[in-house]
Formats: sequence, structure tokens, C-alpha cells
Amino acid sequence: MTHCAHTNILILGAGPAGLAAAGAAATSGRSVTLVDDNSCPGGQIWRMRPGGQSQASPLASALARSPHVQIHQGTRCVWVAGSHQVMLDAEQGGWLQTFDQLIICSGARELLLPFPGWTLPGVTGVGGLQALIKSGVSVKGQRIVIAGSGPLLLASARTAQQAGATIVRVAEQAAAASLARAAIGLWRWPNKLQQAVTLFTPVHRPNCQVLEATGTQKVEGVRLRQGKREHHLACDRVACGFGLVPNTEVAQALGLTPQAHQGIAVNDLQQTQLTHVFAAGECTGIGGAEKAWVEGEIAGLAASGQWELAQKKRAERARWHAFARHMQRNWPADHSATAAAMKPDTLVCRCEDIPAAELADCTGWIEAKLHTRCGMGPCQGKVCGTAAATLWGWQPPPVGQLMHPCRIGSLANIPCRHGPASSTAGS
Amino acid sequence: MTHMITLEIDGHGQTVEDGITVLAALSQTGIGCTRLSITGQPRSALCGMGICQECRVAVDGLRRLACQTLVKSGMRVRTLSGGA
Repeated sequence: MTHCAHTNILILGAGPAGLAAAGAAATSGRSVTLVDDNSCPGGQIWRMRPGGQSQASPLASALARSPHVQIHQGTRCVWVAGSHQVMLDAEQGGWLQTFDQLIICSGARELLLPFPGWTLPGVTGVGGLQALIKSGVSVKGQRIVIAGSGPLLLASARTAQQAGATIVRVAEQAAAASLARAAIGLWRWPNKLQQAVTLFTPVHRPNCQVLEATGTQKVEGVRLRQGKREHHLACDRVACGFGLVPNTEVAQALGLTPQAHQGIAVNDLQQTQLTHVFAAGECTGIGGAEKAWVEGEIAGLAASGQWELAQKKRAERARWHAFARHMQRNWPADHSATAAAMKPDTLVCRCEDIPAAELADCTGWIEAKLHTRCGMGPCQGKVCGTAAATLWGWQPPPVGQLMHPCRIGSLANIPCRHGPASSTAGS
Repeated sequence: MTHMITLEIDGHGQTVEDGITVLAALSQTGIGCTRLSITGQPRSALCGMGICQECRVAVDGLRRLACQTLVKSGMRVRTLSGGA
């Protein structure tokens, strides 16, 4: 078991950004270590099963053959141990990984907001539903309602439909006029316009909000409001998408303060305020796989000292940044309806089962934690802390020392603290 | 031809497709609940990508996330009905 290992360039995350970064950095001949918490590379958008195929496959195979690249799937960064070292944890144990340069490609998670019934089995995120289907969960013959806001609703509906589900309704919060503006402006990004056209479904309804998921042991239906009318639809699953939130825990632990909900701040060569730390993809701001890919390429080139080549990619980067701005401007997130649907007994913290009523008198996150244990369970506030920040403007919780639950044995594996210069490979 | 494997779920032998997650194996076996919450409510995967911790189960005695763990032949999976 190796307790301590060194690499020139450590990349956290093997989605589009991480794969592109690894591919670009590997051309320099420097050692590259690519770490990812899923069992296969591709991130969420190119998620695949072992032996399966996705857009990630060609590059992932090339990287696996490269003598300069080490890939660790099923491995998580659980602790930032210093400016040049992190602790990684995998099924077989943990180790201290030191690096010269770090590229954070940690992606984004879904914004999951509490509403009555959201804790019932069968309620998932929209990206979550796609992930479950891609990992082998069968939805064949199931009736699914998709609700929330954003283009991911339509993508999720398509994935579920192709897997044999019946999409009963796609309930989009945004008004029709806003959606039309978003769609019309897409002519500048033809592949995105084509996607929008092919994904559209006749069960799509604008100005429609989810009020409640109903059922006792699992989801049996959903109550929706369209305009001023309320109605109930029977279904087997409810998938909700209220937007995406950049994963910034590693950057926070390194002392980089991300702009709230906007991701890790980087310059146009993807470099953070720490000159040896780069970030690329959704963790620097939501914008999709194309933005993530070009940012990853730039980060990989820049981190490996290939600055001139990195600079040549800036025009492509600007093009996808414009797309991200277009979507954010025309598809604004309005969560007031979800906030209004919450009832006193609606659980906000699912780990500790803390209802909204118990949080009513709290003015902020720290107070809520001290008085109620909200956000102190296994997810460490990643779900409810983000929800509270979105709904009530509470300052998001500061990141804990341990960013994910990990086994005590993994921590015990670390013999001592090593700097980058004294790193050793154990037996 | 899909390769099938056999594992144990809550004490019962189950044959499932190789390459799927433990969560998919649970759902194919008709188990829609991965754990009971601290107040006894049934729960299952919410995020599907290793964030929410709702799908945690015991795999060969160790706590793992069902959504990120692949099935293996001979694996013993126990859902957390005790509210762990």
C-alpha cells in the first residue's frame, strides 16, 4: 500500500474538463495523476458503465495507455493537507498525494431544494435521474414527472424516455417569454440550437411549479401549479432540477474564496490566485460540457508550462463563456415559488431530519447548526446548506477539514506529514 | 450476451447484470429504500452522484454509497433499516 505519492500535475475530476486537462498536460511529458470519485471516467454528462462507451471513451483509453498518466477511479479527495498535498481515499485505503501543480475539475452538483414530500424514495434530482439510469436503474414502464427550471429538465426527460419511461409532465418554472428569448438567441451556437429543438417535448409546460410530492412509503404522485390552476398527477418518480452549484470545497480548503454560487475565480488561463492551482469546468461557473472541455485544455496546457498553446485557445473559451452568460441571463432562476410551497413540517436537513419550523427563528447557518444540528449529518450541509443559501440568503457553511465521510483506517494510514520534496512511495 | 453475477442483498442471493451499481441492483430486486432516517422515514438516492449520502448501505461490512459502488460477485449488501 502506497501511503505517500508524488506527481507533477494532479487533476481532481475526470469529467470533460479533467479529461481535457489530462490530455493536454500529458503532451508535456510531465507526470499526471487523474483522480475521480466515480467508477468510470466521463463525469456526470459522459457517465458510462464499465466496458461501456461514451464521448469520454476515446480520450480515456488514450490516457490509460499514456506512460505519463496515472488514473485513479473510485477515489475521492477527502482532505486538503497542505498547499501541495491532499489526502485521497479509495476502497483499498487512503494515501497522501503531493503535487507541484493542481487542476481542480470538481464539476457541479445539483441544487436540491426542499418542498413537501421531497424526502420520499423516488424523488431525485434531474441529473440524478440521468445518473441512476446510466448506472443501471430501470425506469421502464414508469411514469415520471420532471420539474424545476433549466435545459437539464429536457435532457433528463429524453434520457428517461429512451430508457422506456413515460414522461407525464415537464413542469418548467420559467415563463414562456423567457424560454423563447433563451431559444431564439441560440442561433450563435448552432449545436445548442439543434439540441434544444430535438429535446423539446409536447408535455412541456412553462410557468409550472411543483408544490408537493405525495405518497407514504414512496412517491405516488405530484401536485403542480400552472399559472393559477393546481392539479395532481399520478407518477412513480419525480425528478427536480433547480439549477447547478459549482463544487468548490477543495478550493475553499486551499484558502481560495469562491464567489458565492459562481464558482472558483480564475483568469483567462484558468489560473487561480494561487499560481500553482488551476480550475476548469463547471466548478468555475456553470456553462456546459463545451466550456468545460476548452477550459480543461487551457488548464492542462498552462499547468504544464505550455503557455503559448494555452493562449491560442482563449477565443474558443470566450465563445462558450458567451453561451453561459446568454443562458444565465435568459433562463434566470426564480425559487420564490419553491420557497412559498414549503410547510412548517417540510424537512430541510435530510440527514438530521430538521423541519423548516425548527429553523424559522434562526438567522444564519451557524445558529442553525448550534441549535438544531441542521447540516451536521453525513452530507455535511452540501444539500441543506446550499438550499438555505439559495432560499434564505444564509452564508454557505465553511468547508470542514474532512470534506467527505472516510474510514478511520484511511486516516490512520498516513504515517507523517511530507512536503513535496520529501515525498516517498511506500511498499 | 450480458454477464450476470450473484450477490447477497439483505441475506438473499440475487443474480444481477455485471457492471451496474449496488443502487441499480437494489432497485432491480424491488428494494426502493436504502435506509431509514433518524426519525424512521424511508429514504433512497436523491442526488445519484455521491453528494447527498442518502443511498448509503453496508457493503461487506463497510459503509458505502450505493450510487457509486459497482456490484461484484459474492458481495454482501445490507440496507440500513436501523437508521444508521
